[in-house]
Amino acid sequence: MNFYRSQILICGGTGCQSSGSIELVNTLKKEFKKHGIENEIEIVVTGCFGLCELGPVVIVYPEGVFYSRVEVKDIPELVEEQFVKGRILKRLVYHESMDEDKVRSLTDVEFFKKQRRVALRNCGVINPECIDEYLAFDGYKALEKILFEMTPDDVIQIMKEAGLRGRGGAGFPVFMKWQFAKNAIGDEKYVVCNADEGDPGAFMDRSILEGDPHSVIEAMAIAGFAIGSNQGYIYVRAEYPIAVKRLCIAINQAKEYGILGKNIFGTDFSFDLDIRLGAGAFVCGEETALLNSVEGKRGTPRPKPPFPANKGLFAKPTILNNVETFANIPIIILKGPEWFAEIGTEKSHGTKVFALGGKTNNTGLVEIPMGTTLREIVYDIGGGIPNGKKFKAAQTGGPSGGCIPAEHLDTPIDYDSLQQIGSIMGSGGLIIMDEDNCMVDIARFFMDFIVDESCGKCTPCRVGTKRMLEMLERITQGKGEEGDIERLEHLAYEIRDASLCGLGQTAPNPVLSTIRYFRDEYEAHIRDKKCPAGVCQALLSYVILKDKCKACGICAKKCPVNCISGKPKTPYEIDQDQCIKCGTCMEACPFGAIIKA
Amino acid sequence: MSQAVKTELEENYQQLIEIIDKHKGERGALIPVLHEAQELFGYLPLEVQEVISDGLGVPLTEVYGVVTFYSQFSLTKKGEYKIDVCLGTACYVRGSQAILDRILKELDIGIGDTTEDGIFTVNATRCIGACGLAPVLMINGEAYGRLVEDDIPGIIEKYKS
Repeated sequence: MNFYRSQILICGGTGCQSSGSIELVNTLKKEFKKHGIENEIEIVVTGCFGLCELGPVVIVYPEGVFYSRVEVKDIPELVEEQFVKGRILKRLVYHESMDEDKVRSLTDVEFFKKQRRVALRNCGVINPECIDEYLAFDGYKALEKILFEMTPDDVIQIMKEAGLRGRGGAGFPVFMKWQFAKNAIGDEKYVVCNADEGDPGAFMDRSILEGDPHSVIEAMAIAGFAIGSNQGYIYVRAEYPIAVKRLCIAINQAKEYGILGKNIFGTDFSFDLDIRLGAGAFVCGEETALLNSVEGKRGTPRPKPPFPANKGLFAKPTILNNVETFANIPIIILKGPEWFAEIGTEKSHGTKVFALGGKTNNTGLVEIPMGTTLREIVYDIGGGIPNGKKFKAAQTGGPSGGCIPAEHLDTPIDYDSLQQIGSIMGSGGLIIMDEDNCMVDIARFFMDFIVDESCGKCTPCRVGTKRMLEMLERITQGKGEEGDIERLEHLAYEIRDASLCGLGQTAPNPVLSTIRYFRDEYEAHIRDKKCPAGVCQALLSYVILKDKCKACGICAKKCPVNCISGKPKTPYEIDQDQCIKCGTCMEACPFGAIIKA
Repeated sequence: MSQAVKTELEENYQQLIEIIDKHKGERGALIPVLHEAQELFGYLPLEVQEVISDGLGVPLTEVYGVVTFYSQFSLTKKGEYKIDVCLGTACYVRGSQAILDRILKELDIGIGDTTEDGIFTVNATRCIGACGLAPVLMINGEAYGRLVEDDIPGIIEKYKS
């Protein structure tokens, strides 16, 4: 093993790779060579640090300096200053991680301060493509512990005492699923990992697979031992090429080390893993649809019961858990259920990872103890809303969830509190919206998504969601009628009650929750034919402010349909009947005299 | 069978058979085979599906049913460069619809279409997970983030030559 005087950690998650982190690595190697220090400094490509907004993110140890938005052209200077001369390159340091001249610890940076990394414990810390690094961080010790010291019932008991609930959305207790599958009679049983993270705006599972794939593999083997299964499948989206690649590497390494395969650690327990790629169908996130897809069929859901624990993959007893759920398991085994149960609230133990996106200053991946309030996430971790705008709502649970308005900013985030206010925990997508977002348009957006992704098997979902979308489209186009809100609600309840699977049953949620909290916006669209947020094109009009117009005529020249007219010295006017609402005039006006109304 | 498809199939027939043989006997082999076959041909014309159906012993109706169910499988040939504009929620609230509209306008095609010269295919995709950089688009796997509308002509130009 080599010893290095310094380590440079570079985020190799999808976000940072999109910002060019791999080119950074190549340039670094060249520069280190140029200075003859390539054997003194180790370059570690890690998983996601969480602050995707500031990518590519680079951290230098032992100092713990946090550099953000590093570009290739910065590298020569960075190497010269940081590694040759031993000085911090202040220009590139993330502003919050410096206090005067002193480097602040990462845990003191606002973005990280209120976070607690349990599921993400190794993300951004280890090289995910190297099993030795995982082993050095207590990797596979939990598996060893249960194989030598516990019975399957002990493992299930630990899950029960820890109170771990599924992180995929519904929050079903893990121990119950495992108990059902263990008790089920079958010559073969299966462990399936649901890594078909389909909610638009969610990337927690992807980051775990990219940053710490071994933790999922270890947990699946533990689950296999608990229920009596020798074969696992990871069903992962094909849209996540980096995650798939690292999973493959990790599985092969584990096989080489004898951690997967026959007679693990010399015991009589055998467990093997295979990857199955999704092919772009949101409904496959639903467990029974996923099972059909693993079997190589169309991903349509099956009626329940029978539940997968009794009759799942290839009609055998099967458990399905999602990536984040699995990632929590090894550390629960190692630190004990009491340790885990102390984190979070009384009924929701542990932490939850959220993909914070939309209108906040910091976007990225955050892991918080259950019970943290939305306000803390938006303002302390997220750094507030950009451009001095006002917070309007947060959307959790994607197309199956709902929105949380400003009045509920202080609600603690846990399974039960979120349900009470009409949203759900969901898998962890958390999209922040400001006053410029139209809630009717957001409801339409999600319904459009659902109509596209409905598998078509049952009528309430296939036809009902389409009718709901048509109504929402009419409303956003200014053709809404009195009674539309009630019709939407009525249909929503029928779809919820009559659909076959989770996709249809939850599909009306975004509409119901926006009606609940933003009914006035729906009414403004329907009665006044106005979109208060200024999003719905058909309801907008561009107006020239008479007192600001200097009659320069630039707008009239730029207008693609020639609908602006005027004479020198008198304010210009827009012919509203001809206007196509393209907004060109507003952008062109040098005096800011044209506004959306 | 059109001549073009026939030639393509002849050229890659051996490789296709190898893919099928590799997965034959595996449970749930159809989808992995389709993934690899699409990698090979770029799309999955009916002729390719027939070979897979024979090879795996899965009825053609079932193969076709699976191909048409999943959005990643395509029955038609795609352009040399695939432009995928993310319409995930994070990108949408940060204005990706305007980015998509501009691309369609610049290339003068509709969603899912390929330009006449066979260079570009434009698609609106689900979240690609780069929400921190919203709005984002991908061209053959290369991501462009923090976009504004006026970035579009320059990006398209880069791939034209």
